[in-house]
Amino acid sequence: MTGISILKERKKQIYQKGAEPFSITCGKHSLAGSVSQRACVFCGSRVVLYPIADALHLIHGPIGCAAYTWDIRGALSSGPELHRLSFSTDLQEKDVIFGGEKKLYHALIDLIHEYKPKAAFVYSTCIVGIIGDDVEAVCKKVSRETGVETLPVHSEGFKGTKKDGYKAACEALFKLVGQGSVDNISPYSINILGEFNIGGEAWIIKDYYKRMGVNVVSTMTGDGRVDDVRRSHGAMLNVVQCSGAMTYLADMMKEKYGIPYIRVSYFGLEDMSKALYDVAEYFSHNPEIMTCTQELVRYEISRIYPELQKIKTAVKGKRAAIYVGGAFKAFSLIKALKYIGINVILAGSQTGNDADYEVLRDMCDKGTIILDDANPLELSKYIIEKKADLFIGGVKERPIAYKMGIGFCDHNHERKTPLAGYSGMLNFAREVYLTVTSPVWQFAR
Amino acid sequence: MNIAEKQEYTATKNACKLCAPLGASLVFKGIQGAVPLLHGSQGCSTYIRRYLISHFKEPIDIACSNFAEETAIFGGGANLKIALENIRFQYSPEMVGIATTCLSETIGDDVPMFIKEYKDMHKDLEIFPLVHVSTPSYQGTHMQGFHAAVQAAVNDIADGKNGKDSTLINIFPGMVSPEDMRYLKEIFKEFNLSHMMLPDYSETLDGPLWKEYQRIPQGGTKVSKIRNAGSAAASLEFGTILACEKQSAGRLLEKKFDVPNYSLGFPIGVNETDKLFKVLEQISGIPMPRIYAQERGRLVDSYVDAHKYVIEAKAVVYGEEDLVCGLVSFLSEIGIVPVICASGGKSGFFKDRIAEIIPGCKEKNIQIIDDADFTDIENAAKELKPDIFIGSSKGYSAARRLNVPLVRVGFPVHDRVGGARLLHLGYRGTQQLFDRITNTIIEKRQESSSVGYSYM
Repeated sequence: MTGISILKERKKQIYQKGAEPFSITCGKHSLAGSVSQRACVFCGSRVVLYPIADALHLIHGPIGCAAYTWDIRGALSSGPELHRLSFSTDLQEKDVIFGGEKKLYHALIDLIHEYKPKAAFVYSTCIVGIIGDDVEAVCKKVSRETGVETLPVHSEGFKGTKKDGYKAACEALFKLVGQGSVDNISPYSINILGEFNIGGEAWIIKDYYKRMGVNVVSTMTGDGRVDDVRRSHGAMLNVVQCSGAMTYLADMMKEKYGIPYIRVSYFGLEDMSKALYDVAEYFSHNPEIMTCTQELVRYEISRIYPELQKIKTAVKGKRAAIYVGGAFKAFSLIKALKYIGINVILAGSQTGNDADYEVLRDMCDKGTIILDDANPLELSKYIIEKKADLFIGGVKERPIAYKMGIGFCDHNHERKTPLAGYSGMLNFAREVYLTVTSPVWQFAR
Repeated sequence: MNIAEKQEYTATKNACKLCAPLGASLVFKGIQGAVPLLHGSQGCSTYIRRYLISHFKEPIDIACSNFAEETAIFGGGANLKIALENIRFQYSPEMVGIATTCLSETIGDDVPMFIKEYKDMHKDLEIFPLVHVSTPSYQGTHMQGFHAAVQAAVNDIADGKNGKDSTLINIFPGMVSPEDMRYLKEIFKEFNLSHMMLPDYSETLDGPLWKEYQRIPQGGTKVSKIRNAGSAAASLEFGTILACEKQSAGRLLEKKFDVPNYSLGFPIGVNETDKLFKVLEQISGIPMPRIYAQERGRLVDSYVDAHKYVIEAKAVVYGEEDLVCGLVSFLSEIGIVPVICASGGKSGFFKDRIAEIIPGCKEKNIQIIDDADFTDIENAAKELKPDIFIGSSKGYSAARRLNVPLVRVGFPVHDRVGGARLLHLGYRGTQQLFDRITNTIIEKRQESSSVGYSYM
């Protein structure tokens, strides 16, 4: 037991399953001084648009925001790699006083001239919101003069939470949608939304759909291309993987272009298979697709099944804590961990909503701690109290686990290994196995 | 468009610097019982935590006053007080270091007034020191934030109430590694000197596992020692650039409490390290202890053994201005030509300092670039065909594209383990750098040999 007590204002954001009645507060602005693990609006926009590899991403503000997001994610590209560079207007004091519009304009003109991008995104940071630069007007002017569409992203850090940043990114993307030709798009076609090609995950998923006979018009935004987004309204179905980030765009596309969407997850055998079957189901007027899907799922699972069973024997009964950005990711992780015999003793997210937490409650075993917008003290308290062997989260959670002598697996956008799809599940299980069976823990506890 | 105007505004491409609140946060992490608090948006603290974690691989709790839109409009006073209350409740700090971000600076939050109001709220309690430092990210780099935080801590806490202590020295090491700090402390001990080192994150950011969760990692400069800094026999501060700045913690103590201030370069290489030891001998009256004489001797011995492998090798050196000056001084001692000396800083003193270290650098076609970003460095390096890159991990992509090996020094080291345990300073640190650099050059030559060889 640790002597860490919970801040009064945060007590309602923590729930232990079994305690009645179920109630958890969420969707709140983070409490000042609580050392939240959350980021900001800018971060939300940046993560969504980041993998568009042939676009210019210019961060309008002082240097920090750009420096801290330089080549930070494992979003791979099969072609151009403009997204891996970090561009900033690097505002100085005089720009703050006199305004940064001129600087922004010249930076854009220079960069567009040098890198010839397909489009440019301009991210507004906190200070731009305060000094009131008319980013919209500068973008319009630059679009007109260069012929390269320049899109403002309204991502001032303080104007909400990371979720509002997702929305701003969706709005910028939506401006591109509908501009391209929809010629030669197959009637069995989809867009994948909220897939970021971490470690090449989009390639794995696209290969599955290809084998099913389904054409992928655009992945938003993994291995993204501006022209693909422009013609994405020609697809028959939107498949939304990271629902927190992209449902807003799916909704807008449904309303304007009549494209329906389904929510999926590509993580774990169960959810991965369901994601493929749901698409096959949607195109059920072509039964061949379903036949191919069944074959694919059977083939892929049989390939990894023997090794998964071996891993299961080795890790069975271990206890895991999960703290991730989106709640949807937590659902898949719980299922995948259960599949290899691991018990989940803590599940939390930075941005879950009421419905998400109800799902989490239903999925979790009695006694599991459910956390909204947690901080290092709470996380460390519960991983010790609940005797976790393994923590799954992102970079900011890693040292919390390690310092307490607990194993850790990354499940964020900075990792290098694909965890999506069937081969991804095997990668995940292997990593869990290597983590919990490492001999180093003998010195740690 | 006016051409001159166009040249005036080019975007920063892959910055070779970070923002001021990061430097301030790092300083506060090196004070015992201190919690850093960024007054601004949540993202600033999260990004900075994330960035520092990747280098130090330790939990790094940085609180934030979590601005929302209405805070930005009506001011951050209420949020700051809530944040302080929550920090008090959860962390029981011995100090809170408040660094402002570009957001709170621009809306003009009066943080000293907020602090006063907060103290007034708690007249019944003995409230921990609240050190405030102004760190708008549009002014300077993380180094300005770092030095400003050191200065603010000294300015706000040191009181000079105790008499003089002839065995006490203040040391302001600058942004060095935890291993550097541990080594410095070992040196002072050998000279029978007690010290106040600010900051000291040698334990807080590079410590053993915890059995019980510690709200604030153990270690760091004691607040009571900072309070006592006016009693020291001398202050030492590292950095030839810092020496040119108008104000520094050492100079502040000199002015306020008559503590003599010794401005030294980063002690890297024989020459600069000799200067440090000379000062220590002078202050303590003790000649260089044998262990360091031996270290110095071994270092010079290794210089001789390996001089042919490094002479006229061309290096690209980049990082914080003071670190680069130190490295360049060392490289010049062994005949490596730092063909590019670059820093994202723009104190205005960098070019002159480097020119002093390398006489005739113009004729030698040595490029000194301040306010540099990595695209500038890469473009210059393309022409100059260097043999080696020496700097942080952030030069990796440029070095990779140019197929030049990179020796990682300084901060950040994001793509290797052990960044916190890199030793740069003193004879021992130089020895390690020398061996790494020499062996990297040898390895490159060995690998590009068509036949391979097993003796040098």
